[in-house]
Amino acid sequence: MKGPANAGTGPAHAGTVPPVAGKREAEIANPLFEYLLRLGDDRLVLGHRMSEWCGHGPILEEDIAMANIALDLVGQGSSLLKLAGETEGAGRDEDALAYFRSEPEYRNAQIVELPKGDFAFTVVRQFLFDAYSVLQWDALQQCTFAPLAGIAAKALKEDRYHLRHSGDWMLRLGDGTGESHTRAQSALNDLWRFTAELFESDAVDEAIHENGVVVDLAAIQSRWQQTVGDVVRRATLTLPAAGASSSGGRRGRHTEFLGHMLAEMQIVARSHPGAKW
Amino acid sequence: MRGDGEEPFTAERVRAILETVKDPEVPVVSVVELGIVRHVAVDGARVAITITPTYSGCPAMREIEQDIRAALAAEGIVDVTLDTVHAPAWTTDWIGADAREKLRRYGIAPPGPAEEGGLITLTHRRAGVVCPHCGSGNTELRSEFGSTACKAIHVCNACREPFDEFKAF
Repeated sequence: MKGPANAGTGPAHAGTVPPVAGKREAEIANPLFEYLLRLGDDRLVLGHRMSEWCGHGPILEEDIAMANIALDLVGQGSSLLKLAGETEGAGRDEDALAYFRSEPEYRNAQIVELPKGDFAFTVVRQFLFDAYSVLQWDALQQCTFAPLAGIAAKALKEDRYHLRHSGDWMLRLGDGTGESHTRAQSALNDLWRFTAELFESDAVDEAIHENGVVVDLAAIQSRWQQTVGDVVRRATLTLPAAGASSSGGRRGRHTEFLGHMLAEMQIVARSHPGAKW
Repeated sequence: MRGDGEEPFTAERVRAILETVKDPEVPVVSVVELGIVRHVAVDGARVAITITPTYSGCPAMREIEQDIRAALAAEGIVDVTLDTVHAPAWTTDWIGADAREKLRRYGIAPPGPAEEGGLITLTHRRAGVVCPHCGSGNTELRSEFGSTACKAIHVCNACREPFDEFKAF
């Protein structure tokens, strides 16, 4: 597993990542790099899931909207992974990080890797993530690490559109027909245990205070609960009761679904390393 | 300053060339008019241009970079550095009055003022985007996501035509 043969940039393949997740948990050499991977992988993986709707949307306008949102997310992921690669300083660019890391090296939260499901599942997942993402970008646009603050300010504008879109659909599905209501509620129930991971913090979040990146996840969580609670109520849906939660994605432990998704996403780049068109 | 045949580049000349590079998806306005070109610096034969993406996922950005290089190369300017910056974030407020009129004549409703409002705005429904075909304000939003990242789809209740709006961003 090496990076693409990217015409003589950087020390060749010195930066091969140790594959075992357990080892990395003990000491994280570069917390800022790690944090940027978390941000970037969330967007890249969710964007890829959204792109799976392209050509399959329930109506033409929605097909176009989902492709647009997917593009925004993949674009955000690309900017973040590029910055991550520069931060790492091992010669990996955004393509090397996207296409030549395997599942345990991905740092996205598990909620974004779940299969797209039916349209209700996609909408509810997108809404839960958008409501989180807008608050996260708002905090990050104020950080003193300028390259990240710049990406955050830009992405915030995009995600406000996304949130309005997914919030609209929450109302229409929840307060729509019997079937749309049932499907939306069922999606909400299935997704709920994956939401807690978004607000978990660990040594990485602490360590990057040094880089000027300070995000108050507890404050974000409380505002997120307000927004989500409000929309869920207006959509005539019911918030699931708190229960067991699933997490581990930030440390490379994923559901069985991510590997399959990456296989599809990465096959062309891995089959033809360095290919251009 | 120099009277020899080598005509020195000036930032003005480079800008004039960039005015001929149109947005591939909205081919009536240039990358300068859209505010994509942020800065032009000339140092001898070297040209450094700073650009900013409209949307993170805009597929036209790569093409715009290629078009910029090609347009400059056609004028003999080949030592070109293109840097992408994210801050300050691109806004449709940078699009000037002339360019807005060009958009309207092309059939795209120009953007309103970039919205501020609260961080989380779940309702929008800006009324009265003016139809670029018949001028009626009796229009409705169909989708905030249109044929490209930067456009929304509306339909006019007066002339019954659908139209694109360059959305405020």
